[in-house]
Amino acid sequence: MRYALLINERPGADDPLDEHERAALSAEYMAFHDDPRVIGGEHLQSAETATTVRIADGEILLTDGPFADTKEIFGGYFLVEAPDLDSALEVACRVPALRFGGSVEVRPLGSPSR
Amino acid sequence: MIEEIFRAEWGRVVASLVGFCRDVDVAEEAAQEAFALATRRWARDGLPDEPRAWLVTVGRNKAIDRLRRERRHAEKLQLLPPPAETPMPATAIPDERLELIFLCCHPALAPEARVALTLRALGGLTTAEIGRAFLVSEETMKRRLTRARTKIKGAGVPFAVPNEDLLPARLGTVLAVLYLIFNQGYGDQRVDLAAEAIHLGRMLVELLPDEPEPSALLALMLLHDARRDARTRDGELVLLADQDRSHWNTAQIEEGRSLLRDTRGPYAVQAAIAALQTEDPIDWAGVADLYATLRELTGSAVVELNRAVAVAETSGPRAALAVVDAVAVDLDGYRYLHSTRAELLRRLGDEAGARTAYRRALELTTTDAERRFLERRLAACGSSGRSGRDGPEM
Repeated sequence: MRYALLINERPGADDPLDEHERAALSAEYMAFHDDPRVIGGEHLQSAETATTVRIADGEILLTDGPFADTKEIFGGYFLVEAPDLDSALEVACRVPALRFGGSVEVRPLGSPSR
Repeated sequence: MIEEIFRAEWGRVVASLVGFCRDVDVAEEAAQEAFALATRRWARDGLPDEPRAWLVTVGRNKAIDRLRRERRHAEKLQLLPPPAETPMPATAIPDERLELIFLCCHPALAPEARVALTLRALGGLTTAEIGRAFLVSEETMKRRLTRARTKIKGAGVPFAVPNEDLLPARLGTVLAVLYLIFNQGYGDQRVDLAAEAIHLGRMLVELLPDEPEPSALLALMLLHDARRDARTRDGELVLLADQDRSHWNTAQIEEGRSLLRDTRGPYAVQAAIAALQTEDPIDWAGVADLYATLRELTGSAVVELNRAVAVAETSGPRAALAVVDAVAVDLDGYRYLHSTRAELLRRLGDEAGARTAYRRALELTTTDAERRFLERRLAACGSSGRSGRDGPEM
């Protein structure tokens, strides 16, 4: 089965890190691609660069930024091919964002299971 | 006789069928059809040599029939082996109930869904019965079960006993589900969920004989349940100190005690407390010490409240009240905090304070028996009633 690991980060959680620690953190994320279960994934740019599209009263409405009053920001994802949920959760539990107060949503991809 | 076999074999047959077709829905339906056919066939022809093998074989055929009917399963069908011609011997069927327990209690499922799935798949309770026990409509319970099964299938929740590194945490979820079922049935619900939880607890002990906590949970449930008949008189709650011990189930108490070996886990400590409470006289200092241990293990304020009750017995109401007041902020919405406080204040002669606390407990209570009990205590407040206790240990 294929799963998307949707990584939600606490904005500013890695601010206190120095250059060295930041590099180590990136390396940690890059290392996920060595896991044969990880078949893809991208890191997103910061939430300030986002534009959100909505439809309100039939009009297209654009807002600057992700969505209002959120404590977590979608920061990136991994695409994982795993035999079952436990195996996907195992990969998810290693995502560093968890150590910084973030969360990882594990969602199966649309599949022809039924 | 047939009913006894059904009761004993339901979980095993469903587990075997889930292992076969990897679909809880199809497995349960197939099991139901197999049991229905057995009722008619066995009444006419007598029991087969291997009832379980008979049920599993018929169930497999029913499952294959159903999967065949469903076109959407066409691609899966090719993976299924052809049905066996003759019933296989019972010994050839691996015990898949353990996998089924972990599937039903997977932490990725909503807690109420874990309970419902476990009762349905392993206990064989109907959707209507589970709904009644948890005070929701059959329709609501059906939706809850459907959602859970959809998640199992869609998210790939594994039908497997978790790996060693995950086992302790996952076993914790399983034990919590069983204890939740037990506590739900500890009142007087129509479906005897306490008996169901004990049945499932026995199953778990049989399947995981080397794990200490399942035995401890079974001991705890047996020891509590042994006092059930004495807990109420004419529909009214009776405090531990006032219970008629001749109504206690001594065989069950003995069995509970004999299961207590390792006393390190939270269920083991609770079971040890329950065991001490069946002794005469009760070693309250021992109970207080065990509650202190449990507090360290769980960090629970409710445990601290229970310890206060034991402290009252050893060091008097004033010392106990200090313990209670230390957790009062955390437990303000908990009715037993207020009923325990009320009792301690009453014993200290502060009747006005006691009445206020009893009224607060009354506001928070949810069952009629408790309401009547508290009203009696409130009415007695001011007259010189004998000292007694109330609280979570009733």
